[in-house]
Amino acid sequence: MKNSLLVNTSPHLHKKESVKRIMWLVALSLVPSGLAGVFIFGLHAFWAIGFGIIAAVATEFILQAVTKRKITILDGSAVLTGLLLAYNLPPDAPFWLPIAGAVFSIAIGKQVFGGLGQNIFNPALVGRVFLMASWPKYMTTFVKPMSYDAVTSATPLAALTEGKALENISYLDLFLGNRPGCIGEVCIVALLIGAAFLLIRGYISWHIPFSYILTTGLFAYIFGAKPLFTGDWLSNILSGGLILGAFFMATDYVTSPLTYKGQLIFGIGCGLVTAVIRFWGGYPEGVSYAILIMNAATPIIDRYTRPRIYGS
Amino acid sequence: MKNLIKEFSKGITVLNPTFGLILGLCPTLAVSTSLFNALGMGVAATFVLVFSNLIISALRNFIPGRIRLPAYIVIIATFVTMCELAIKAYLPALGQSLGIFIPLIVVNCIIMARAEAFASRNPVLPSIFDGLGMGIGFTLGISIIAFIRELLGSGSIAGFGLLKSNEFILVMILAPGALLTMGLLIALSRLLGITKK
Repeated sequence: MKNSLLVNTSPHLHKKESVKRIMWLVALSLVPSGLAGVFIFGLHAFWAIGFGIIAAVATEFILQAVTKRKITILDGSAVLTGLLLAYNLPPDAPFWLPIAGAVFSIAIGKQVFGGLGQNIFNPALVGRVFLMASWPKYMTTFVKPMSYDAVTSATPLAALTEGKALENISYLDLFLGNRPGCIGEVCIVALLIGAAFLLIRGYISWHIPFSYILTTGLFAYIFGAKPLFTGDWLSNILSGGLILGAFFMATDYVTSPLTYKGQLIFGIGCGLVTAVIRFWGGYPEGVSYAILIMNAATPIIDRYTRPRIYGS
Repeated sequence: MKNLIKEFSKGITVLNPTFGLILGLCPTLAVSTSLFNALGMGVAATFVLVFSNLIISALRNFIPGRIRLPAYIVIIATFVTMCELAIKAYLPALGQSLGIFIPLIVVNCIIMARAEAFASRNPVLPSIFDGLGMGIGFTLGISIIAFIRELLGSGSIAGFGLLKSNEFILVMILAPGALLTMGLLIALSRLLGITKK
């Protein structure tokens, strides 16, 4: 995905990259964060992730078998959807929650549009928003980290968006993941390791994640607290699902713009919507809604950032 | 007679207002949160549809072309008002839960469409059958949507709870549930060949 896209006559070298390989590598890059989540919240989180993946793959298999299409469960995209969905759930959620969400993600978020590459919205986020609208009680109760006995607690983001200062939680805690939150979003270090791998190998470009995070941070700095320009921008970036969303979900190839210019617009849009929902919206977290709204805007961004055709 | 049956049945199958013509979406999406409401809305719309078709068809040679739409609306509004007063008098609970959507039948596009496209060009008897078929098709469509949404969203059928639990799929009785159910049912009816692609 380098900028030097040259068109040449044959002979061409064949590169081993394929959709399948990229999907599995993205899933691999998410493993550290999952391991950290399981370590922080206990084995329940591990089973939630497992059920999410199994339900997603099984739904994909059943739907493709019923509609007599090619079975593509080994291409890793369903695994990735199930994994990302489970990462977006509270760690003590009942096991039917990841299952219901994964079935909805694959069936409504992906297969009704025609499968991988056809969906307009990120399937994992479609599943999460479905769960959020259907069972808000389970989606908004979070346990304390490292307690293993299900003591519920408010997330740092809930305090931040109400304009309060964080108590008992340092930047280091936020960075390492020692805070209440969703399974895969808490451990920023682990997420950054995976993200660095994807960036260095060129599977994602920096445009969406950086413009997204910078916009949200800037907005939080300006409007996050009274008076203006005193907001706790670092806590706002490190809490909630911003890092997970910016690096792993907003960068989904299918649902994000094609050109770098478009990706910058997409990222800035995501950042604005996230911040607006966080500070003035009804929900404490806006990452999933922001990415979905910008997914809907992707075709129009693509239309207006279409590069000039050579010779025209 | 064969012709009349055709005019009647097309509203239920090929030209079903909900799944084929995709008309009258405002009440379809808004009122289909429970089967009871949906049936009430369906019956009210069918009543208005049959009688407005009848009168418009009977008067089709007297209504000047230029002012036909205002004339249709006056006729439709008469029957809607009758219908609204009757519901408020005899079924106050239904009247309460349907609220503004009963007066809004006046501008229901199924009724306007049938007046303009059918009743104004056809004799009285086919128009009555057309209105009846369209009305029953609309009632069926909105009731199927409402049945699914109520069952999944609040775990009951026409108000009778099946399970003592409150962990149903809440989104189904919210606006997204209406659009999801509607979309999937349109796909299904096209797959089964009931409506055309």
